[in-house]
Amino acid sequence: MMAMIFNFLIFPGFLFAAGAGLLATWLDRKVTARLQYRVGPPWFQPLADLAKLLGKEIIVPEGVSRSVFLGAPLFGLAGVTLVSAIIFSPAPFVGDLIVVIYLLMLPPLAVIFGGSASRNPLSAIGASREMKLVLAYELPFILALFTVVLKTHSIMIGEIVRYQNLSGLMIGSLSGLFAFAAALLAVQAKLGAVPFDLPEAEQELAAGPLLEYSGAPLAVFRLTRAMLYFVLPAFLAVIFMGGGLDPWFMLKYLIVLTLIILIKNTNPRLRIDHALRLFWGPVSGLAALAFILAWLGK
Amino acid sequence: MLKKLFKWGLKKSLWVYHAGASACNNCDIEILDLLTPRHDIERFGIVLVGSPRHADVLLVTGVANRQVAPRLKRLYEQVPQPKLVIAVGSCACSAHLFRDSYNYVSPIDEIIPVDIYLPGCPPKPEAMIDAVVKALGKIQ
Repeated sequence: MMAMIFNFLIFPGFLFAAGAGLLATWLDRKVTARLQYRVGPPWFQPLADLAKLLGKEIIVPEGVSRSVFLGAPLFGLAGVTLVSAIIFSPAPFVGDLIVVIYLLMLPPLAVIFGGSASRNPLSAIGASREMKLVLAYELPFILALFTVVLKTHSIMIGEIVRYQNLSGLMIGSLSGLFAFAAALLAVQAKLGAVPFDLPEAEQELAAGPLLEYSGAPLAVFRLTRAMLYFVLPAFLAVIFMGGGLDPWFMLKYLIVLTLIILIKNTNPRLRIDHALRLFWGPVSGLAALAFILAWLGK
Repeated sequence: MLKKLFKWGLKKSLWVYHAGASACNNCDIEILDLLTPRHDIERFGIVLVGSPRHADVLLVTGVANRQVAPRLKRLYEQVPQPKLVIAVGSCACSAHLFRDSYNYVSPIDEIIPVDIYLPGCPPKPEAMIDAVVKALGKIQ
């Protein structure tokens, strides 16, 4: 019991993922700044943002449902904490991968609930875009993950890692490479990073679903986003490049994170119908191709 | 202890909402200069945010006319406490050459409390950074 609480709250769970995630968002901001020939913020910047937001006044707009408005951020935070605890869990339990897919749905769901509860037209548009985006990226993401399942004959993360230790990394095979490319784009959208940042679209929707949030709930949303910056690339690294918390794994994680940051900095934002068409067309096609190749044994 | 942490956070990460009260865009462009590689104000953790609910600092440019004055007041009320207001440019500080205009209401500091006045038409980006440093001193 104590080990489980430790597992969820401290080591692979909340505290570890939060620390790593805050550093990852700093890396994102720093690399973005360097790519624009700027200096960029110091390393403690995300922590300072969080400390400040936690101390500010919490404004609840008139006429909103308090429980949904204030509960939504915690809902998302719980989801991402559990994913982190499961991915690096020392004792893998049955049904891993499908639980992870379900739990990764919670943060976007929290954004949708929070945005819809805000009683603001811009938040509502942001929430509806988030909803469409979820519909768009979920198909290729699941197809790409099931390519891995088909190759390893297991849905348990521990088994997938063991298979890769014995017979080569997923990304080394043709089908694994295609599936990785599709999953990477889906993760880009899950993070709300630039080509797919339409829910927040600063220039059009001010801050999208988070528009009405201030103080601590906003801090929780930002912490959730920061933790996703650690959890999602780490999840891809575990599934496609083998796992284990060692220096090699950190290198793999950094490679995936760098890829995401580079995609983010070299692409303009897509329109929502273009994003939907991209995911249901070429990206799903790529994932389906990977699935067929895996079925043929490539 | 927690209060100290919060103060540290506030000093290291000021989020600015830019309220353009019908300015002529001259100050606005100089403000955007702060985000460019030459000045790069993100070094100090200062970013422009899109929503007044996220802001710590309200940056007001322009003259309050009859259309803008009530909206400016509402905008100020939407910023969560603690908050600072910086009036940028001669217009925001003293209405400049528009003071005899038919739709001019009152100076901005009679509509909302202003903490820092930054005159100039437009003020230089360096002067704005100096103003922010002075605003940081005011937090203590």
